[in-house]
Amino acid sequence: MSGVDFWPPSTLEVVFLLLGLVAVGSALLVVTTRQLVHAALWLVVCFGALAGCYLVLTAEFVAWVQVLIYVGAVVVLLLFGIMLTRAPIGRSDDLDSGNRVVAAVVAVATAGVLVSVVVGGFQHAYAELRPGAGSAEELGASIFRNWVLPFEALSVLLLAALIGAIVLSRTDIKGRR
Amino acid sequence: MHVVYPAVVAALLFSIGVYGVLARRNTILVLMSVELMLNAVNLNLVAFDVWLRDALHSGQVLTLFVIVIAAAEVGIGLAIVLAVFRTRKAIELDRLRELGEP
Repeated sequence: MSGVDFWPPSTLEVVFLLLGLVAVGSALLVVTTRQLVHAALWLVVCFGALAGCYLVLTAEFVAWVQVLIYVGAVVVLLLFGIMLTRAPIGRSDDLDSGNRVVAAVVAVATAGVLVSVVVGGFQHAYAELRPGAGSAEELGASIFRNWVLPFEALSVLLLAALIGAIVLSRTDIKGRR
Repeated sequence: MHVVYPAVVAALLFSIGVYGVLARRNTILVLMSVELMLNAVNLNLVAFDVWLRDALHSGQVLTLFVIVIAAAEVGIGLAIVLAVFRTRKAIELDRLRELGEP
């Protein structure tokens, strides 16, 4: 397919691998830390590193949306959830259930299968990075030319989710008897 | 950029998310792990969009759609978690066993 060697890696690949290392490491901390609030904060690091990965892959608009929605909105929502459920602030040793070992085995098996399949399948695939391919202009044109119907359907879905969340979290709305 | 690098990072993130969903007791931590899995899928979508140079930009547009759906999912999920916390005073998954076999 392509004759580009793995060694030496280009600068972009080194940057991408470092960011990926940060993302994977902080994700590991999210699922293993003993403090609930720290898990949410490590999630910020993970999402930030992933936004950097998107930037390296020339997907600028997706990177900024990732920062705005994941780091800005989703993590804040999760922190509010932690606060409203009166979670313990310090260390708590009962965050893991009894099936940790089974879960670790399943996860390692999943990683093994996925990594071997991916490495076997895309060993020679090489993506030329073209600056500007994921700019807001290109993506906006694509969304509003070709993806208008899914976009509108998604906005209705978001509205439905919003109303559903309000109805679920208010206590003074009763069902019909 | 070799396509293997983003694909392997995404595979590792996904399996970390699988571990979190299976091993954690706290419902909010399980929601965080689901977010990790969704992000792994997003990274794959962006990488393959860049590789295949799709004229419709389907990969990146679908990434945006997945991000929106994830936001909706977290909103609804946290509303459900709060409702459960109000009625049961607990959000540990293995204590919510009323529907399970005795």
